[in-house]
Amino acid sequence: MTPHFPIYLDYGATTPVDQRVVDAMIPWLREHYGNPASRSHAWGWEAEAAVERAREQVAALIGADPREIVWTSGATESNNLALKGAAHFYKGRGRHIVTVKTEHKAVLDTVRELERQGFEATFLDVGADGLLDLDRFKAALRPDTILASVMLVNNEIGVIQDIAAIGAICRARGIVFHTDAAQATGKVAIDLRSLPVDLMSLASHKTYGPKGIGALYVRRKPRVRLEAQMHGGGHERGMRSGTLPTHQIVGMGEAFRIAGHEMGTELERVRSLQQRLLRGLTDIEQTYLNGHAEQRVPHNVNMSFNFVEGESLIMGLKGVAVSSGSACTSASLEPSYVLRALGRSDELAHSSLRMTIGRYTTAEEVDAVVATLIDRVARLRELSPLWEMYKDGVDLSKIQWVAH
Amino acid sequence: MAYSDKVIDHYDNPRNVGSFDKGDDTVGTGMVGAPACGDVMKLQIKVDPATGRIEDARFKTYGCGSAIASSSLVTEWVKGKSLDEALTIRNTQIAEELALPPVKIHCSILAEDAIKAAVEDYRAKQSAPAGAAASH
Repeated sequence: MTPHFPIYLDYGATTPVDQRVVDAMIPWLREHYGNPASRSHAWGWEAEAAVERAREQVAALIGADPREIVWTSGATESNNLALKGAAHFYKGRGRHIVTVKTEHKAVLDTVRELERQGFEATFLDVGADGLLDLDRFKAALRPDTILASVMLVNNEIGVIQDIAAIGAICRARGIVFHTDAAQATGKVAIDLRSLPVDLMSLASHKTYGPKGIGALYVRRKPRVRLEAQMHGGGHERGMRSGTLPTHQIVGMGEAFRIAGHEMGTELERVRSLQQRLLRGLTDIEQTYLNGHAEQRVPHNVNMSFNFVEGESLIMGLKGVAVSSGSACTSASLEPSYVLRALGRSDELAHSSLRMTIGRYTTAEEVDAVVATLIDRVARLRELSPLWEMYKDGVDLSKIQWVAH
Repeated sequence: MAYSDKVIDHYDNPRNVGSFDKGDDTVGTGMVGAPACGDVMKLQIKVDPATGRIEDARFKTYGCGSAIASSSLVTEWVKGKSLDEALTIRNTQIAEELALPPVKIHCSILAEDAIKAAVEDYRAKQSAPAGAAASH
C-alpha cells in the first residue's frame, strides 16, 4: 500500500499485475531470455514455445483460434492496426467508416487520421443511456462503407454495446467489423465462435497483466486482411513486425488464463460490491448514474453529484484513487466527451466521478469511500452557490451566466 | 495534480464561507463564471457606509480546489479595503500567492472578476436607492 492512496478505485485506468502473473513472467527475464524468433537454438525454441502457450491462453478466453491472435504493444496499437490496416486494405471497395462518439480516443483519433488520409467517417450519437441504437447504426451505413468500429465495453461509463447484433448487421453487408474489447476481457463472456466480429482489440493491463502488451484478434473464417503498420522482420504472419517480448506475452497469457478461470466468482463478488457502493451513494440527494444501469459491467460506477465540481470532490477524497469526467482534471478544459455524448449538461459532466471496482477491492474499502463521499459532498455543497440557488428554488437553466 | 500548500489550506479551511442578505443596501453581490465552464463564484462584500470600506466578505464557489482557494483568499484580501483599493487586486497577485500552475490561472482571473462584479453591484445599488439595482 502506498502512503498516498491506500484505497484504489480506479481499476478502469489500470490494474495491478496479479502476483501469479508476475511469478510467471520473471523467469523469462532472468534465465530464459531467448528471442522467440531464434530458430537455431534452445533459448529461442523455449521462448517460442512459451509465446505459443500464451497465445493459446489468450485465444481461449475469447473463443478464438490461436492463429487469430497477433501480439501488439497494447490495445491502442491494436486499434491502430485494425482500423488503418483494414481501411487501407479494403479501400478499393469504398472509403466510408462508421464509428461512435463515445469510443476511446485510440479509435477516434485513428479514424480522424484516416479522414486526413482521404477516408470519410461518420461518428454516431448514442442515447442518454450510452447505448447505440441499432436503427441509427443501420441508417448510417452506405454502399461504400467498408469498416465499422464499436467498442464492447465503454471505459468511462462501463456500458455494454450489443456487439452481436451490430456484428450481424455488418456481416450481412460485407462490412469489416472491429470492436475494442480492452475493458471487456474478464468482465463479460466473449465467444468469437458465435460473435460476428472480424477484429478485436485486447489489452493486458486492464485484466491484471503487465502494461505494454496487447493483442489483436484477426478472424480467419471468413478471412480478414490487414495492411501491416509496423514493418520489419515479418513477425506475426507479416501483420506486426518486432521481436516478441516473451516475458510480457507470458504475463498477458497467464492474466487471461486466470481471468477465464475466476470470472464467474469474481463477477459475483464485484456485483455485490457495486450494489453496496450504489446503495450507500443513492441516499445522497441529486445524484445521477451515468450510463445504462443494467447493460453495464458491474465494476463501473460513474456518478454525477449535482452542484459539486468533480475535481474539488476528488481533492477531498484523500486516500482514495478515482477519476473524474471533469474538465479540470483533463489536460484541456473540456468536460468528458463521453458524458457530453449522453446528453449530460456541462454541470453534470463537470460533477462526475468514475469509481471502478476490481479484484482486490474489499467491502471495508467501499464503506470507507461511501462515508467519505457523503461527508465531502455535503461540505462542498455548503460552499456551492449553485446548491444554494437550487435550494432556494431557482431554476438554474434560466440564469444568464456572465462567463469570461 | 500537485496543489500548493496554500491551496490545500484554503480548501480544507475555507475562509468566510456563506451569504449575506442580497437585498441589504450595504451588500454588493458579484456572481461570475458559468456551470458550463465548471467555475461559478459568488462574492459578497459588506460595506461600511460611513467609511466606504469593506468591513466583511462572504463567498461561495462551485469549482476546483484552485477556484475555491482563489475566492477564499479574495474574501481575506478585500476586508478593510476601500472599494477602489479592492479594485486594484490583480489576478496575478492571487496566482502568485497560491502558486497556481498555468492551467489554473483562469481561476484567479475569475476571482478578480468577482471583486469587480461585487463592487459594481454595490455601487449600482447606491446610485439607484429605490432598489432597482440589477441583481444576479
